[in-house]
Amino acid sequence: MDNDTFPKRVSPGFCLIPREDGIPRAIIPQETPGDYFEEARILAASGGRFLGLWAAGAPEPRICTAFLLREGLFVLVLPLSSPEGRQTFPSLSSFLPAVDRFERSVRDLFGFTPEGLEDTRPWISQGLWSVPPLSSPPGTCIPETPRADLREYPFVPVFGPGVHEIPVGPVHAGIIEPGHFRFQVVGEKVLRLEERLGYTHKGVDGLFRSRDISSGARLAARISGDSTVACSIAFAQAVEQALDFTPAAGVRFLRALLLERERIANHLGDLGALGNDAGLGFGLSQFGRLKEDLLRRNRTHFGVRYLFDLVAPGGVRATLDDTAIRDLLDENRILSAEVAELQKIYDDHGGLQDRFQNTGVLLPEVARRLGAGGVVGRASAQAWDLRADHGGDPYRRFPPALALAHEGDVAARVLIRFLEIQESLVLARALLEHLPENSIAEPLPDNPETAEGLGIVEGFRGEVLAWVRLSPGGVIRAAHIQEPSALLWPALEVVVPGNLVADFPLINKSFNLSYSGHDL
Amino acid sequence: MDVGDLSLPSAILVEGVQIVLALLAAPILSGWIGFCRSVLSNRSPAGILQPWRDLVRLFRKETIVPEGTSFLFRVVPFLVFAALLSCVLFVPALVTDPPLAPVADAVVLVGLFSLARMLMAFGAMDAGTPFGDLGGRREMMVGFLAEPATLMILFTASLWSRSTALPAILHSLLGASAPFHPSLLFALLAFILVLLAENGRLPIDNPSTHLELTMIHEAMLLEYSGPLLAMMEWGSQIKLLLYLLIGTDFFFPAGLPASLSPGSLGAGLLFLSAKLLVAGAGIALIETLFAKLRIFRVPEFTALAYLLATMGFLIHFVLEV
Repeated sequence: MDNDTFPKRVSPGFCLIPREDGIPRAIIPQETPGDYFEEARILAASGGRFLGLWAAGAPEPRICTAFLLREGLFVLVLPLSSPEGRQTFPSLSSFLPAVDRFERSVRDLFGFTPEGLEDTRPWISQGLWSVPPLSSPPGTCIPETPRADLREYPFVPVFGPGVHEIPVGPVHAGIIEPGHFRFQVVGEKVLRLEERLGYTHKGVDGLFRSRDISSGARLAARISGDSTVACSIAFAQAVEQALDFTPAAGVRFLRALLLERERIANHLGDLGALGNDAGLGFGLSQFGRLKEDLLRRNRTHFGVRYLFDLVAPGGVRATLDDTAIRDLLDENRILSAEVAELQKIYDDHGGLQDRFQNTGVLLPEVARRLGAGGVVGRASAQAWDLRADHGGDPYRRFPPALALAHEGDVAARVLIRFLEIQESLVLARALLEHLPENSIAEPLPDNPETAEGLGIVEGFRGEVLAWVRLSPGGVIRAAHIQEPSALLWPALEVVVPGNLVADFPLINKSFNLSYSGHDL
Repeated sequence: MDVGDLSLPSAILVEGVQIVLALLAAPILSGWIGFCRSVLSNRSPAGILQPWRDLVRLFRKETIVPEGTSFLFRVVPFLVFAALLSCVLFVPALVTDPPLAPVADAVVLVGLFSLARMLMAFGAMDAGTPFGDLGGRREMMVGFLAEPATLMILFTASLWSRSTALPAILHSLLGASAPFHPSLLFALLAFILVLLAENGRLPIDNPSTHLELTMIHEAMLLEYSGPLLAMMEWGSQIKLLLYLLIGTDFFFPAGLPASLSPGSLGAGLLFLSAKLLVAGAGIALIETLFAKLRIFRVPEFTALAYLLATMGFLIHFVLEV
């Protein structure tokens, strides 16, 4: 695309190529750091939501920044040219506070320096590497050489009479992912919360390099286990866009169905856990039962409980016969009635509502500034849902209603989950009733030259984004999956101060963010 | 034969039996509550012997003491256990007058509970971890909020006997002319609230949570492991049993054996077991129905207990004298 004409193009009326499988997605190469900074500023100012920033290493170092507008998804790509010496790129933190941790991660992993970023602390790095691990070409072995000076993370201290610190994690009392939380408290009241993540870092961006498409898809499916379908679909879409391939209607329907099943299962699990964290064990056992039934049906009809590897670039690895469709429709009806009944119990439970309401309030204005999407954003009046807004194929035919609340507290996030389960059930029902002739994975075309593609899908937590760059012959040169957790972790930090320490687990659970999806 | 004039060997025997029974029954009572909770929330229960299995497992483990702790950390479990177990000597369970009852009255009992709580908080704070501090601090807050209500309940119950000695209270209630005491009804309601607060049950504390930041009682035990943890757990189970015994003594004394004949003792044991089972099921029901209170609502909860106890106290003078 032509950089000179671009700023005019993001104005309303900018014409993106509509796509059958989802929203329009455009990669916009930038020539100079100045262009990059200016385009990003224009996109942010014209209502674009920042979705993520990542990098690709040698031999083609580049910075990618994603913005979601109502019109479509834009990814700015800035190649970093100077191979010798320090590679830098302009930091967007002056107008985008959310970019902070993304740019620090890029600095830790690739050694590219964000110019103008005030926070010089590491983020992903735990002080285990002496050089940025992804700065060298694929195949180079980076020895683990701990750096003592980076092991201690300088948390921002709070001073005052009676202020003290509570460090929590990374090892927790329950079986959950590792993450460290540093509370500054007075008595029971939280003054400040700071997170420290990166404990589940596994070098995903490096692992993608030089893989073929099918093993790349397997990796994408394992980025965050609870969002495996969403990550797989996003990756598949990216590959398909790069290869200029449109999957058949039957494939799109089955993908949408799997995605809704993932959403329902996760929302059921979250609702049960939220009840349990407020001390109502009854909720956990009831929702746990419903979720388990759903997982077992997944196993019966798709062969996998958590739907791993069912979505592949080019198609799906699942078929449904008439008996299976009938069984899933029965399940759909039962689930709808049971969830409605449990919602009534939750709504009428005074003690539970007392814990949920006015706890962990994310004000709509703050949510907008942080660019929060997904369940958390929609509970704070951020009306973004890719299924309802942009409607790629199956969603255009059966558009789900947007679940929206304005309170932004734990109760609102619970409400959004209840609403979305019912909406997902309606959508899943429509998909099952109108399922086109099944078609399994088709062979993907070959790409004669290097090609790039984007994918984006509304996972259960929010938008899951994928970017892939393919060498001829279907070899992944670089790829990145952006799970929404990275955007929502800072929102959690903002929400907790002012609440009681003892309410933190409840607030945290109402966000239910992925550590693995963030740490990559 | 009256219990009051026992020979020394038989007095030791009576107290010994009472202690052994309490040691055996306390974990089973906790197991029974867990069993009821499971059944009430459609889960398959672990069996009422589960706490016993846990205790045996813990006692088999080696003792690991965290770095930087003083001797206090090691002795606290023994002191807590001893303080709580000694209460068993004074509380009428199988007989109306345990031989050692004259040593301690209800106020001493409350003091021993406070001593155990304070020691536990010391042990938790000795480790110097933030969770130990957090738990100890919260436990002391709940304790000092609940204590006035506890004393007020004891005073209400002692109005009939004009004595805070437990056997005297028991005799006056057993032999009272009126079959129903409105003052005691209020005291009972207050007692239920205090029992939940003092024993770390829902809606004050969630004994089955794994969320460090929400814990009260459990947070104090996080650094303990193996036999030391077993002592603390066992002590807490004995404390719950003691509270239920005091509750049955004050509010449902019927069925306590009047003599030491084997027949009446057996009947008394049956009655007592039935009362404990019903009370345990009641606790499980409350724990299933209620969510945990926000921690700053605890003062409201204990204030309600104090208010109810005070109303019982006043109602005695209005209606019963």
